[in-house]
Amino acid sequence: MKYQTRKKAIILLADGTIFHGKAIGDKDGSATGEICFNTGMTGYQEIFTDPSYYGQLMVTTNAHIGNYGTTKEDNESDKAKIAGLICKNFNYTYSRPAADASLETFLEESGIIGISDVDTRALVTYIRENGAMNAIISTDVDNIEGLKKELDKVPDMNGLELASKVSTKEPYYFGSENASYRVAALDIGIKKNILRNLADRDVYVKVYPYNATYEEMKEWNPDGYFLSNGPGDPQPLSEAIDLTKKILDEDQPLFGICLGHQVIAIANGIKTYKMHHGHRGINHPVLNLKTGKGEITSQNHGFSVDKAETEAHPEVEITHICINDDTVGGIAMKNKNCFSVQYHPEASPGPHDASYLFDEFIDRMKVSEV
Amino acid sequence: MPKNENLKSILIIGSGPIVIGQACEFDYAGTQSLRSLREDGIETILINSNPATIMTDPSMADHVYLKPLTTKSIIEILKKHPNIDAVLPTMGGQTALNLCIEADEKGIWEDFEVKLIGVDIDAINITEDREKFKQLMGRINVPVAPAKTVTSFLQGKEVAQEFGFPLVIRASFTLGGSGAAFVHKAEDFDELLSRGLEASPIHEVLIDKALLGWKEYELELLRDKNDNVVIICSIENMDPMGIHTGDSITVAPAMTLSDTAFQRMRDLAIKMMRSIGDFSGGCNVQFAVSPDEKEEVYAIEINPRVSRSSALASKATGYPIAKVATKLALGYTLDELDNQITKSTSALFEPTLDYVIVKIPRWNFDKFEGSDRTLGLQMKSVGEVMGIGRSFQEALHKATQSLEIKRNGLGADGKGYKDYNQIIEKLTYPSWDRVFVIYDAIQLGIPLSRIHEITKIDMWYLRQYEELYALEVEISGYDINSLPKDLLLEAKQKGFADRQIAHMLDCWESEVHKKRKELGINRVFKLVDTCAAEFKAETPYYYSTFEADIETPDGKRYVANESKVTDKKKIVVLGSGPNRIGQGIEFDYSCVHGVLAAAECGYETIMINCNPETVSTDFDIADKLYFEPVFWEHIFDIIQHEKPEGVIVQLGGQTALKLAEKLDRYGIKIMGTSFEALDLAEDRGSFSKLLKENDIPFPDFGVAETAEEALSLADELDFPILVRPSYVLGGQGMKIVINKDDLETHVVDLLRKIPNNKLLLDHYLDGAIEAEADAICDGEDVYIIGIMEHIEPCGIHSGDSNALLPPFNLGDLVMQQIKDHTRKIALALNTVGLINIQFAIKDDMVYIIEANPRASRTVPFIAKAYGEPYVNYATKVMLGEKKIKDFNFNPKLDGYAIKQPVFSFNKFHNVNKQLGPEMKSTGESILFIDSLKDDEFYDLYSRRKMYLSK
Repeated sequence: MKYQTRKKAIILLADGTIFHGKAIGDKDGSATGEICFNTGMTGYQEIFTDPSYYGQLMVTTNAHIGNYGTTKEDNESDKAKIAGLICKNFNYTYSRPAADASLETFLEESGIIGISDVDTRALVTYIRENGAMNAIISTDVDNIEGLKKELDKVPDMNGLELASKVSTKEPYYFGSENASYRVAALDIGIKKNILRNLADRDVYVKVYPYNATYEEMKEWNPDGYFLSNGPGDPQPLSEAIDLTKKILDEDQPLFGICLGHQVIAIANGIKTYKMHHGHRGINHPVLNLKTGKGEITSQNHGFSVDKAETEAHPEVEITHICINDDTVGGIAMKNKNCFSVQYHPEASPGPHDASYLFDEFIDRMKVSEV
Repeated sequence: MPKNENLKSILIIGSGPIVIGQACEFDYAGTQSLRSLREDGIETILINSNPATIMTDPSMADHVYLKPLTTKSIIEILKKHPNIDAVLPTMGGQTALNLCIEADEKGIWEDFEVKLIGVDIDAINITEDREKFKQLMGRINVPVAPAKTVTSFLQGKEVAQEFGFPLVIRASFTLGGSGAAFVHKAEDFDELLSRGLEASPIHEVLIDKALLGWKEYELELLRDKNDNVVIICSIENMDPMGIHTGDSITVAPAMTLSDTAFQRMRDLAIKMMRSIGDFSGGCNVQFAVSPDEKEEVYAIEINPRVSRSSALASKATGYPIAKVATKLALGYTLDELDNQITKSTSALFEPTLDYVIVKIPRWNFDKFEGSDRTLGLQMKSVGEVMGIGRSFQEALHKATQSLEIKRNGLGADGKGYKDYNQIIEKLTYPSWDRVFVIYDAIQLGIPLSRIHEITKIDMWYLRQYEELYALEVEISGYDINSLPKDLLLEAKQKGFADRQIAHMLDCWESEVHKKRKELGINRVFKLVDTCAAEFKAETPYYYSTFEADIETPDGKRYVANESKVTDKKKIVVLGSGPNRIGQGIEFDYSCVHGVLAAAECGYETIMINCNPETVSTDFDIADKLYFEPVFWEHIFDIIQHEKPEGVIVQLGGQTALKLAEKLDRYGIKIMGTSFEALDLAEDRGSFSKLLKENDIPFPDFGVAETAEEALSLADELDFPILVRPSYVLGGQGMKIVINKDDLETHVVDLLRKIPNNKLLLDHYLDGAIEAEADAICDGEDVYIIGIMEHIEPCGIHSGDSNALLPPFNLGDLVMQQIKDHTRKIALALNTVGLINIQFAIKDDMVYIIEANPRASRTVPFIAKAYGEPYVNYATKVMLGEKKIKDFNFNPKLDGYAIKQPVFSFNKFHNVNKQLGPEMKSTGESILFIDSLKDDEFYDLYSRRKMYLSK
């Protein structure tokens, strides 16, 4: 083996700060997006393929990335969805008998570029102190002015609708046709493991595009409805919000995760807001206010549901709290068969502590049948 | 929910003397636990027989009992303190748990209405009884390796026939894998089976199918009474199944686990912890993972207590497991407690790392002559080091640099093996040096696939090694002037020491240092904060690394450094590195007290150490903790960054002392006794001149650098002769020889092991009594803190001798000589701080064997026996803040205190157990006796006669 030196690359933040590093792989190029960081120590492939990260430059805080390669099994969607990767140590080789490709190959196939050897810890500290912002990563290290121009073209995440970019174009089915329950799921960026969790609980799922109407869904005669996770700001998702209102009007069992949770809040007239730098990782503590028990959860959100408005709402109650910053973790409607969480009970990556929420959804559909 | 208000007074059981498998990590755990109870206003009562511990300091608990760990002592204590509500037995390792079970079986807890907290007896019984454990795992659907428990030789033979080989034999209820062994061949089975049955106190062993080559993992868990469970740390063993985890190189976080496999393991661990009982506290679970695409996870064992690994996990993550486990035992829930590092987020979370830690064990095979040096199921290491870096490579390098075995890291020091067969042999039979041999193998061109086939070490690690070597080759093609900046930065990021780079470039270490300063390649310091910088952390726990540049919008380039230097006056205390025989927990005790005393004097205190087991590396002790190798380059960079008033070297044993010369050369102030004086005491020639000038007798001696010189010296000195190298620890290489043949053999052997050393030859005073004195000197006055008389005669290393404080049969004349000599020597050496002097007494004449102007092994013992804070005083003297006359000395001791050495010979078969001038004990305990009529003393004293009659 000959020692490989890599070419220079940089991250230029919207405020003009530059972090130096090395290009991952041999390709030249640039990528733009909102910069965010994820603190998970395992599960990079699941993170990169999570459609919720669409349009974001991902900083991974774990010291090494790519150690165990990639395998099709671990995909949360058809390919990597992040805008670009920023990491400390990138592994070009991997070690895992079950893997089928290196992370380098995997990212290349998804057309994603990345930068390594960055002081990611300093970068995370910078984001923590200055908030999420747009950035560009590039191998064009001597053309700062040109990169600045590129960066100026990147839209602000606030108010940005991205669900349509990652949603399925056509409806599709998941699970066994003969399953006991039918769930109509709205894909505004759905992760595969949500579908697997439902299918494992005897559910046949039909996945609809982001702009599906209530009527289209109802026609399939589902036992319950599901609003998925996804990227971007929930407020521009007018079609999904309308759909939700109709499901609630007819009091059908409804479960929402992440972006879906935010849509449910908005449908109830509760506003959402863009967080300073969000929650992204697989170690986030949540307190279940009903049981008083804690759960360690997978989280990934840059927007959150307004707590004061939720508390003041006559029909909505807070069921879960994110312990670290006391933000809303989950809600339920008092008189309707509807509940949702901001975090990811489907895990993948992350702990399975909250998978009971899928059981609760099944129970709610059961009750509704009776 | 608040804590249980019925708990007002709690008994904690310590782990007793240090033995292999149970070291000072339990002092760290116990100390944290006591502090944690204090915070809640709970009365604390502690029993521990190990005086060289911080936990047994009078200030740590309300009542400290330095008593033998027996149910008799427990009853005494409970009678004296009828108000004790509960006992917390999970902080003192297996020793405390075993004592707790014994007391439970005898009904003691019930008699005194004492509640057990932090564990339940059933849980211990299930987890220690391998058959019950296996059955339970079966019931809850957790896969385990096929295994059977046997209680007789015959049963064992039957099982072997059923399973076939290779097999593992593990003895029930033992520590650190005692009695455990791999059996590869049928012919070895009988002996190993009997040995296992003997090692088990209940004559029971488990025979299981060997999962050779499976990957090995550990998880550290915490659970509260609401049944919330969090995983504090995942630890991956670089050495796969087959080597005891205490003897394995371990890495955190897990490097080669996918999320799928990790979460499966996490689920199993939580299920296991919930299945063994309903208790609140810490727990350690070990797993094996099949190294194939199935990634099958098998449970190996579960320990419902704070363990050696939890100390490592605490240091690796910053999450204080023992402290939090104690709060949970009191009835707190995790969500009620703060993350101790951020102080703003919750303790209910799982730490995440943005760095890598590597732990490497420290072995002392040289002290156990004749022992099998191959690593296996039985733990043999005596200490450990941890390296923290921003990559595995950096952490591995820092750990190897921390070991103090005269290596500068991996490769590039001309010390590697070069013989193909030798390398293959060393890869096949792992010992202390395999971590280095892997590098040698790659250097020799042995394919990674072959190394993997032999060692089963995951290819990921081997590729990391390979890249290091490739970088060495690349750099070796340049010279100091032509080396590009990027390459130098990358070498530093991968942990290569300046010395190694100098070796590659064929130049001086100082030139590399200068070059990187010129290029702006500077060490920066990062924080261990449990959360990968997601939250602001307050805790001053740092490690060093090298990072890429950042540029501000106005074009200013910098490298991010999190260790902000204050304008306070500062003191650096150098720690004692890994525990080893001759330099153990006693020195950490002294370092901790040094730090605390300097803080009392208004200094900002800075601790540098690399031993994860210790109290000194608890981030709560010093104002700033640098978890770094006690290795010149790291220390020098920290000192240049912090610019302290000076450095304290006399508390950290030989490790710290060895650095004095270089510190002095670089103009860095050494607090207290100067380098010249330290050096003078080590240099036998100058020291004996000093003794002569002061009319102090010493055995005839001479210095030799070759066997030739030694032999001619022998004619002058007369046999028996004591031979020893200079600048060593715990009598390493010391031997008494009685004729010229022995002398020649030993000298040749020593010069081979420690080339260029000056050997000291003393005429050995046969049958002499040995005594030692410790004193504090401020340069004008000397205060003798204690004089101890050894029970064994001169010739047995002082660390291995039973000794009495104060002496029991030395006449006034002898005592007066000891006192006079001590004063004279301390003053003549210009000692400022501590000094230890060893004496041989023959025919009422007191001779000087040696003087060490530094904290000795006996200082903590004397401090405990007399109830006086001697290290605190000595530190204030070193700092020039106080004089001897400022202290109000008031030693309290009725009767005598006996220091009893403890050995770990049971870990080594066929080892030479005979005691001599080279130290072999791993720990010590204290025993107070009222008078010399005590049976225990009488027993020991009769042994003296045995030695004398030999």
